[in-house]
Amino acid sequence: MKLNTLTLTQAIEKLKKKEFSLSELYSDIQLAIEKQNKELNIYLKVDEDAVKKAHKKENEMLAGVPIAVKDNFLTVGLPTTAASKVLEGFMPPYESTVTKKLQDAGGVVIGKTNMDAWAHGSSTETSDFGPTKNPRNTEYLPGGSSGGSAAAVAADMCIAAIGSETAGSIRQPVAWCGVVGLKPTYGRVSRAGVVAMGSSLDCPGPIGKTVEDCAMLLNVIAGKDPYDATTLPQPILDFTKNFKKGVKGMRVGMCYIDHPQLVGTPVDHAVKEAGNVFERLGASVELVKLSDQIKLNTILTPDYAISLYTIVQRAEVSSNLARYDGIRYGNDRSNFGEEAKRRVMLGTFALSKGYANKYYLRAQQVRSLYIQNFKQLFERYDLLISSPSPGYALPLGASTNDPMFGELQDFLVEPSSLAGLPGISVPCFRDPSTNLYLGLNIMANYWQEEKMLAAAYAFEQSTQWNSWIKK
Amino acid sequence: MKTTKKSTITFSPQDVKKIATLAKIPVTSAEEKELAHGFNTTMEVVDKLFNVDVAHVEPTSQVTGLINVFREDEVDATRQFSQEQALANAKQIYNGFFVVPQIIDQP
Repeated sequence: MKLNTLTLTQAIEKLKKKEFSLSELYSDIQLAIEKQNKELNIYLKVDEDAVKKAHKKENEMLAGVPIAVKDNFLTVGLPTTAASKVLEGFMPPYESTVTKKLQDAGGVVIGKTNMDAWAHGSSTETSDFGPTKNPRNTEYLPGGSSGGSAAAVAADMCIAAIGSETAGSIRQPVAWCGVVGLKPTYGRVSRAGVVAMGSSLDCPGPIGKTVEDCAMLLNVIAGKDPYDATTLPQPILDFTKNFKKGVKGMRVGMCYIDHPQLVGTPVDHAVKEAGNVFERLGASVELVKLSDQIKLNTILTPDYAISLYTIVQRAEVSSNLARYDGIRYGNDRSNFGEEAKRRVMLGTFALSKGYANKYYLRAQQVRSLYIQNFKQLFERYDLLISSPSPGYALPLGASTNDPMFGELQDFLVEPSSLAGLPGISVPCFRDPSTNLYLGLNIMANYWQEEKMLAAAYAFEQSTQWNSWIKK
Repeated sequence: MKTTKKSTITFSPQDVKKIATLAKIPVTSAEEKELAHGFNTTMEVVDKLFNVDVAHVEPTSQVTGLINVFREDEVDATRQFSQEQALANAKQIYNGFFVVPQIIDQP
């Protein structure tokens, strides 16, 4: 058996039982990287000393396993570019909280993964260092912006990975690559040391081969951080404790499949099938009807969220990217790629005198409506399910010259992301003719990651779509 | 920038040039045209915000409702850079300082 194909849970268990050595595990991982990275363009940088670092962590919880990390997390000793030429050659002087926690728990950063430059996009095609290809079918995009991390997991070029999501950047690429990814509640995981995109939205999160792997990694990275004032002050739960509890008695609402863009599509079919699965597992499932206004027991159309997200995200992007002056670090602002230019400039406009109230303030009011809508719905439902993406992975080149590609691809997760809610995406279908996957996005109320992990695990165990779980 | 009765806004290359100056991003005249076109497409989508009734709705900027998160006003030595660390990534330094472009009395 090739050791790089092990899940996180399996790798740790087998390492602790001394069924193989860390050197053997790293040798298989490195072989997979050497064989595939040139074509897939997943890692921007691989740490040559990873195996040495791993040996020092043998006795710790994560046992020295190799974890791939998106290149927007600051890592001391490894260059961090956020896939932008503005940061080419930048060596971070401090460590992000997430990667510090990961290493303190015995994980090793095997390498830094490709992404849309500055996390601006949903394709990994806007990377200044070339696109990543989808390991399931190399003529297709991996999605993004955490496309490199999702692809690293899909290609078994790591044991697990870390990504980050503003609206869709974990859940859309994991759906397209046929892996599992979790976007926590805003504030569950620290943003300190993550190259900022939309500060009121950004959430680091785990990407793994199974739900259990994601639960374990979430345990490691979650928690209050003095360096991020928006992190939750309460002590965190043990997410590995209750994920096998099942969905019996849970109330599940199916969302967005009556949206005109989805009716009759493979996504519509897959979500209904998932509803059937949950019903068989003992949950009560019903359709939450779409509405174009706030109305009891209906879900507000995601159409307004595209507009709202475009304004909020670009405004925050323009503010966050103002710091890149090429003086203290990095290169000057002429190095911004097309997408970053578009976003920074439109955001600058939306915050400029005479327009801030008209656009930014109005967007934040519409944001309140979405929050109000979800609060109502979570009084009636334990979980809401939808597709994270309107369809399968798109072919390479699909995002080129489309100024709204990301916002339109992610419209189904924008409402919940703008509300700061958590979600997990698990594989829920594979098209045998293309080998491409669909994901199921399971959303819960604030801080209810435990509930959605239980549902995701139950779904994963009772369906055939996870390629690492042999049935 | 021209605004019509409702909200639709159209950008000219000159508008883009002005925003580029505010954002301190160099753009060529060909890019100005292209960006103006892209902004117009984007703002058509953004305009859907005006189809929603937001009367009496408070804006939200912080979703989990935390307020006034403070810390003690104490120096945290673990977060301090040495001068060497602080300057390590700079393109140009002089006598332990960052060298910055001239902005006053710029020719």
